[in-house]
Amino acid sequence: MSVLVGAQTRLLVQGITGSEGTFHTLRNRAYGTQVVAGVTPGKAGQDVEGIPVFDTVADAVRETGADTSMIFVPPRFAADAIVEAADAGVGLAVCITEGIPVRDMATVHAYLRGTDTVLVGPNCPGVITPGVANVGIIPGEVCTPGRVGFVSRSGTLVYQIVHELSTAGIGQSTCIGMGGDPVHGIGFIGALELFEADPETDLVIMTGEIGGDDEERAAAYIAEHVAKPVVAYIAGFEAPPGKKMGHAGAIVTGSAGTAAAKAEALEAVGVEVARTPSGVARIVALRLAG
Amino acid sequence: MDLYEHMGKDLFRAHAIATPHGIVATSPEEAATATAELGGRSVVKVQVQVGGRGKGGGVVLVDSPERAAEEAARMLGSDFKEHEVTQVLVEELLPIAREFYTSVLLDRSTGGYLAMMTAEGGVDIETLAVERPEALRRVGIDPALGLRPWHVRELTATLPPDAREGAGEVLRKVWDLLGARDLTLVEVNPLVQLEDGAVVALDAKVTVDDNALFRHPDLEVLSAQFPIDPVEARAREADLQYVKLDGEVGIIGNGAGLVMSTLDVVAQAGGRAANFLDVGGGASAEKMATSLQVVLSDPAVRCVFINIFGGITRCDVVAAGILGALDRVEARVPLVVRLDGTNAAEGRRILGEAAHPRIVPVATMDDAAAEAARLAGAAA
Repeated sequence: MSVLVGAQTRLLVQGITGSEGTFHTLRNRAYGTQVVAGVTPGKAGQDVEGIPVFDTVADAVRETGADTSMIFVPPRFAADAIVEAADAGVGLAVCITEGIPVRDMATVHAYLRGTDTVLVGPNCPGVITPGVANVGIIPGEVCTPGRVGFVSRSGTLVYQIVHELSTAGIGQSTCIGMGGDPVHGIGFIGALELFEADPETDLVIMTGEIGGDDEERAAAYIAEHVAKPVVAYIAGFEAPPGKKMGHAGAIVTGSAGTAAAKAEALEAVGVEVARTPSGVARIVALRLAG
Repeated sequence: MDLYEHMGKDLFRAHAIATPHGIVATSPEEAATATAELGGRSVVKVQVQVGGRGKGGGVVLVDSPERAAEEAARMLGSDFKEHEVTQVLVEELLPIAREFYTSVLLDRSTGGYLAMMTAEGGVDIETLAVERPEALRRVGIDPALGLRPWHVRELTATLPPDAREGAGEVLRKVWDLLGARDLTLVEVNPLVQLEDGAVVALDAKVTVDDNALFRHPDLEVLSAQFPIDPVEARAREADLQYVKLDGEVGIIGNGAGLVMSTLDVVAQAGGRAANFLDVGGGASAEKMATSLQVVLSDPAVRCVFINIFGGITRCDVVAAGILGALDRVEARVPLVVRLDGTNAAEGRRILGEAAHPRIVPVATMDDAAAEAARLAGAAA
């Protein structure tokens, strides 16, 4: 019935005492998520509406058995917060923070490969299993429980497309906002792998945007490893062409990074690509009916 | 942030990477004086945040101070690939024996770094990478381990033996520089070997990670040298992402993905976007007010489409921001507003009660895009 987060999730929140941290922690709890702890250095012994606060993630895990962390720590400390969560044995770290230096993230990314911690984000809206658990800032009320898995690079497009799905009566198994930073945790391929293996997911939606080659690599993965139907949406057909200085980026990806190039790569492996967010819901409805 | 060549070379020199002697000029007279100082001959190069200068006439060899002044006069104040030229770099001419290419950059597909080198510099490197990929050596670098000796041996292996030590030294210093200054790209094309054997960086394309500028105040201030549209400057000050386009429908949204999607949907509804404006996460009333002022300052705008889906951003705050802005700015055009997500009901209630004559609330993104396109067309 879900991937990454569910009824069993025991959530701790790093940066719980900040205003955004508190606001979204309480929303997540009100949604039904088991929020068991918060971490803010120097504030051990306090509580946020009954949620105990600890100085370190290790303390919080020892005392509460937390297995998932949501990170609302300011950018200059956020990379350290992710490593702290991994070192404390947290299985899933969801980092909402925007603006982390990419060099910090590259180091964290390399470090996490040697751990069992899965990272979602940074600069992401989080993960929601509708009706069960919400870890992040996706407005729970737009989601509906169901059997469509959803992964997106853009945060607000998660909300928009989930809203279109719910309005059309199409429920979701789990929605993953992977974040748009150049170096990030779980991506399209990781999410597709989870959804392909999830018996409660019948179809997967992926939404991408211009830049990088995540969509092109996902297309290659789908051709080899994904049997379930995949529907895609790419934002940025009308975006002004990026002005880049060097040639090195294009050499690395071998792709123009345009919306058209991404749509073409996905269509070439049989993925239907919608042209509008509402078009995603229409295509998914047809695929589920047929 | 993409640096001008001369800024990149300043970073190179600070890390003991050899570069030609150069002088920045902002007038033809300065270019002439610089050329005289360099012995009467020089190369004059436009300073812009875009590549392809060599092919585009942005790099010219001159053999007299007068010629330098002529070329500088032609370049300064003109546009190079839509970038305004306000500076030229006047550099000494060096006796070049061979040209190579090297770059080190963030590789988003691996989450690490990638270093590349070829003995065939000075050519179109993208073409070389496609047509003869074996000529371009590449190694992935784990950020935790850094550039290892074997990486350097692998990368420099196709260079002439007497250039390998010098090129390897440049690679090591570039790697150190990349880490020390939070760079996401360093590209040197060409990296040259002089007739005396020395290896020198003839060009510098350097990109700094914007997210890391808080660690590098000396780099952050460099952005003041880049010419910027006054409206874009105002948006940037308010931490808004604004790009001017050439249509009539002003666009304000939250999140780059949703704003890009909004441009697409407006285009499909027959409208043309006047701009891209992302108010970002946690948009405050103040930010929304500035957004409206920025978008309305474009005389081409005939209608504004505000498309907000609240996550961190709360729709009640956005609604209050729109009304607050309308106390300060005259809304000369209709504002089509679509609010959904966090506190959307409260946001819609606030707008409903205000009943502002210029605000047109629409329930869905498709309908709002169609309405915005229609209103912009009707006003034409």
